[in-house]
Amino acid sequence: MIPSLKVKNKEQKMKLFSLNRRQRTLLTILFFAIFLITVVIVGAVLDKDLIATNLIERNLAPSLDHLFGTDWLGRDMFTRTIMGLSLSIGVGMIGAVGSTLIALTLGMAAATMGKVADRVISWLIDLFLSVPHLVTLILIAFALGGGFKGIVMGLMLTHWPSLARVIRAEVMQIRSAEYVQISQQMGKSRWWIAIHHILPHLTPQVLIGFMLLFPHVILHEAAVTFIGLGLSPHEPAIGIILSESMKYLSAGMWWLAFFPGFCLLIIVQAFDRIGENLRLLIDPTKSNN
Amino acid sequence: MRKNVGLKIGIFLLLKGLRMLTLLVAICLISFLLIKNSPIDPIQAYIGADMLKVGPEQREKIAEYWGLNEPVMVQFLNWGSALLQGDLGNSMTYRRPVADIIGERFLNSLVLMLTAWILSGMIGFIMGVVSAMKKDTWIDRMIKWYCYTLASTPTFWMGLLMLIVFAVWLGWFPIGLGVPAGVLAEDVTIADRIEHLVLPAITLSIIGVANVALHTRQKLIDVLSSDYVLFARARGERGFTLFWRHGLRNVALPAITLQFAAFSELFGGAVLAEQVFSYPGLGQATVEAGLRGDVPLLLGLVIFSTFFVFAGNLIADLIYYIVDPRTRESRML
Amino acid sequence: MPILEVENLSISFNQYTTGLKQKNIQVISSLNVTLEEGEILAVVGASGSGKSLLAHAILGILPDNATISGTIKYNGEVLTNSQQASLRGKEIALIPQSTNYLDPLMRVGNQVRTSVRTGDATLAQRAVFKRLHLKQNVEKMFPFQLSGGMARRTLLSTAIVSDAKVIIADEPTPGLDPVVIKEALSNFREFADNGCAVMLITHDIESALTIADKIAVFYAGTTVEVAPVENFTGDGEGLRHPYSKALWRALPQNEFIPIPGSQPHPSALPSGCLFAPRCIKATAACSQQQPEMRELRNGMVRCIHAT
Repeated sequence: MIPSLKVKNKEQKMKLFSLNRRQRTLLTILFFAIFLITVVIVGAVLDKDLIATNLIERNLAPSLDHLFGTDWLGRDMFTRTIMGLSLSIGVGMIGAVGSTLIALTLGMAAATMGKVADRVISWLIDLFLSVPHLVTLILIAFALGGGFKGIVMGLMLTHWPSLARVIRAEVMQIRSAEYVQISQQMGKSRWWIAIHHILPHLTPQVLIGFMLLFPHVILHEAAVTFIGLGLSPHEPAIGIILSESMKYLSAGMWWLAFFPGFCLLIIVQAFDRIGENLRLLIDPTKSNN
Repeated sequence: MRKNVGLKIGIFLLLKGLRMLTLLVAICLISFLLIKNSPIDPIQAYIGADMLKVGPEQREKIAEYWGLNEPVMVQFLNWGSALLQGDLGNSMTYRRPVADIIGERFLNSLVLMLTAWILSGMIGFIMGVVSAMKKDTWIDRMIKWYCYTLASTPTFWMGLLMLIVFAVWLGWFPIGLGVPAGVLAEDVTIADRIEHLVLPAITLSIIGVANVALHTRQKLIDVLSSDYVLFARARGERGFTLFWRHGLRNVALPAITLQFAAFSELFGGAVLAEQVFSYPGLGQATVEAGLRGDVPLLLGLVIFSTFFVFAGNLIADLIYYIVDPRTRESRML
Repeated sequence: MPILEVENLSISFNQYTTGLKQKNIQVISSLNVTLEEGEILAVVGASGSGKSLLAHAILGILPDNATISGTIKYNGEVLTNSQQASLRGKEIALIPQSTNYLDPLMRVGNQVRTSVRTGDATLAQRAVFKRLHLKQNVEKMFPFQLSGGMARRTLLSTAIVSDAKVIIADEPTPGLDPVVIKEALSNFREFADNGCAVMLITHDIESALTIADKIAVFYAGTTVEVAPVENFTGDGEGLRHPYSKALWRALPQNEFIPIPGSQPHPSALPSGCLFAPRCIKATAACSQQQPEMRELRNGMVRCIHAT
């Protein structure tokens, strides 16, 4: 009797929050999405004057006035960080959208345009995977002369292969499904089938893939910018902040590196959580949990 | 029968090699074209701040000396034929053969990468196993949380944290520089080298653990829910015996393979760690070549890193091919 | 006294489907089965009726998301989880369906040896292999190298070397040629004649009838009838439940009339008698509530109309 009573108690406690897994998952997604949007908006709205050189308030440790401290030019690190994050998300967005489009095009082409196309595209995927990711990025950034254009092109051109594979497999599976076979026999054109049958089924997978690209794109952007081949030093990018901080670490100014990097980690985590929870919602069997 | 196996492995290697060759040729061509199209002027990058002192005639001479005036395809063929003879050209910044620089740097990087590779592989494997065996307990949740967090952590930031804590605050390790400044290369002791190796290696290991651990965890969970483990449990096996008899052998192979197939990430991580700790390895050379427009060195490094990744993938495939009884014994029968 | 009694066993699974909607699926409901020493009980029913789960429930190896109720008695004592854990492999042995149940990376000889409880494992394994006409080199093979018959005998030998008193064989015959089936079944008869209790879970009624003592007919997650094997004669007038009769008549050597309709999915079970929607004798009373299992003419039946 006693164990069953206990169970009931626990269930009642759970009832207080009255959330099942589905609702919790949705809420998690919503929470992180709002968080990210807030960062972007705040980053865009913040007053540029806050990061103007202020020689009176130089090298200050974190305090209530300056949550993340100030740097050697007296710039408020909190403002710089938020602006950097906003920029990271923006660049991440362009990179992820570009990569997803490439992945979608090539994945669909590989699955629908016959054996030769499939061979060529899988060879192309191998090509991109056979050079270390970061080296490819450095190469492309170098070829385009660095800066915003170079890094964005590099990010777009390097993150599509794994998603393209997923899409290819997914399309292959849908194509062999009965209703598609029937449409084909009914004389519907390739395009008609692609738009009416394949795209709708593909959307959830692409959405998950797109969200899960963000973490990689953002981290790679920061890395390439950090080593000096990405965004220009005039941009308030996290990579720039961190690479500048290197010079001041030996002087004990840990806050220059700690907070911006930590915030970047949180942003990346937020995207990761959204992606994983979306996957949980759409396709629980393939989830890691 | 033995001979037959050797032959099959030979064919397997040959096919892999051919595929590698097509990829390599394409990579050479694409990299070459990309670099040639770069708006970064190699002569300007070479001469640097002294550019103002160089007149147009001198400029022309340098361009001619490097063969920069010929059509791009001719330049590529020249470079390519030299490459086939093992000549990667001369580095513009170091003014030494690229092959020498890569060889020397690779040795440094190898020590770093190997240390991190072994550490992260072993620790990650153990973490994954513990996590899967104790699925849904607090220890599993901790390990999972750690791995997911680490997967979102920028490698170079982790390096900076290491520097702050161990070099600045605790003062246990020197800040930066692979060798002590002002000491001649031949005077550098092994102790010095190890001292400069510790922090980057730890940084890479901390980050590298996540992938292996999560993969091993998932794989072991799959194995534990398989029919054969169900049957083993039906026969009264449980706990550690069950893991030792059925879990380990089914999980170790994919984990080792994964580690070999992760050479690409390892190299990328090394680039960043070397940059943070000023460790004189391949990664740092790559960054310098990119920043200073050292075209021959950059091309050499792209090719070398491709070989490196390819070697990892090849070993991974070979392990499966040779060790897994499902492929091994079926060839022998 | 029966060596194994299953009373009122119900098993349900909690699952998340697309969109994380929670679903509770009842796969076995109020199932009753008893097993005597020296006897073969065949549990027969269509594929996908949850028969394997009965075996897993007796051994206590159901997955974590399964909820189980009812009692399982061994030698008259109610089994707890820890008792199940100590009995499995020693007193109760399972013979699974296919090579998938063998570790793909372990040589089969070694796998058989792990089942040996006392004495020299290698000797025991070799003796059993010899008895089952498996060549000596088979012990060095990996599961993927075994033929259907070899796999069958290997799985059987794990049960033999364990000296268990109760043997549960889960679908031991599909995909085998008739000679191998006959051989497998005669092995089970041998077990029973040596005093073991054998539970044969199968969808192959014909084979089951040749060796079993009792037949339990399984439908949509429960037993609808338990009958002595002699009842399966003629046009099935000795049988008690309409489903058993229909099943018997559907056999090729009998009238070969298929039963109209199909077995309900576990997530959409009818409210009353589970067979009512397909039953020719069904009345309004049948859909009121699920009938209890009752004794009838030296057997058991779950039908209010049975006589």
